[in-house]
Amino acid sequence: METFIHAYSWIDIRFLLQGLWVTIYVSLISIALSFVIGIILGFIRYVNIKYVSAIVGFIIDIIRNLPLLLIIFFTYFGLPELGLVTNPTVASIIALVVFEGAMVAEIVRSGIGAVDPGQMEGARSNGMTYMQAMTHVVLPQALHKMVPSLLSQFVSLVKDTSLATIIVLPELLYHAQIIYGQNSTYLIPMYIIIAVMYFIVCFSLSMFANHLQKTGW
Amino acid sequence: MAKILVDNWPQFIHGFWNTVWCSLIALFFSLLLGVIFALMEVAPSKLASAIAHIYIEIFRNIPLLVITMIFYLVVPRSGIKMSGFAAGTIGLALYSSAFIAETVRAGINSVGKGQMEGARSNGMTYNQAMRYVILPQALKIVIPPLGNQFVNLIKNSSVLAFVAGFDLMYEADTIAFSSLETINTYIIVGVFYLILTLPLSYYMRYLEKRLA
Repeated sequence: METFIHAYSWIDIRFLLQGLWVTIYVSLISIALSFVIGIILGFIRYVNIKYVSAIVGFIIDIIRNLPLLLIIFFTYFGLPELGLVTNPTVASIIALVVFEGAMVAEIVRSGIGAVDPGQMEGARSNGMTYMQAMTHVVLPQALHKMVPSLLSQFVSLVKDTSLATIIVLPELLYHAQIIYGQNSTYLIPMYIIIAVMYFIVCFSLSMFANHLQKTGW
Repeated sequence: MAKILVDNWPQFIHGFWNTVWCSLIALFFSLLLGVIFALMEVAPSKLASAIAHIYIEIFRNIPLLVITMIFYLVVPRSGIKMSGFAAGTIGLALYSSAFIAETVRAGINSVGKGQMEGARSNGMTYNQAMRYVILPQALKIVIPPLGNQFVNLIKNSSVLAFVAGFDLMYEADTIAFSSLETINTYIIVGVFYLILTLPLSYYMRYLEKRLA
């Protein structure tokens, strides 16, 4: 019991919260970027531009079927070989955006596909151009259908940031490892508290997803 | 690149089979646990469904890596010794079971209510109706999403690299750091993963289209 009291001293908790903050801001940036990229790629894949859609689709399938850990290694070791200077934060964000962007693209593609084709036809026959019909009629409905899968994908993203410990991104798990690395009796208290912290963040996001699913948005 | 593949062939194959084994074992146990917890969640008993709900939410909302590390570092402190492979596989099975439970539950809920009522009014007990009428239909509906969960499981098995589980990713790290051909090694390993995941996910997409 005493170990727990010592392990949860303010200095340690503050250090963990700093890690949690890195987890959260890396997640938020990655969520925003992968959402934008995912919509663009999913749209390209849906509309069937000759060759372009097939190539984009193939690349998305490759990325979706690789472990994120591998993509993290690729960006961390690969970018410097291309002559790009990088640090763990940038490398993690790029890896997360590439991977989750592909996941979001697939969700977007099936979301647009799930909208009744009559909606597009109706909008077009009312004089809208294809792009107008897409942005004002089809996409909003598709987004509505996608919200649950998108949000659970984003919950996965938050959890997946923990994999970036391997390239020393100073996020929650990494900070916990530093603390119990200095005093191994803190191992159990550290894993308990970071499990709780991850749970609180991810569970509130899941609850928000359920809420949106029930009430609409 | 061919040189790395040829020079380290035994290591790649060793890792490949460990990944396959870990995935199959984890798949078996996560399916078993997943179906059990899905059944508990839809069960009329409030207690059973609350327990299942708590289990599912806990394992869905904690990163797989943290769960795995708990089995690798924390559990052995209580005297239960296990290898990295075992810790990784247990973590993976528990984590995946929560997602499978959610998938199966959605399948059960999507079977028409009339099916249960019909079966009950024909004299079946709740358990019989579930076992012979609802579950067979539900499992058929959830085959494509379950297949996608299996693809995720194979990809997630790469966390074994963190706990010295001697899987594909772990072997890749060893080869990459000894040969210093980092990118080429990871490309080869990527191809190995795609051999496992890509056919499966294309087959699931085909099934999805056929069922729709």
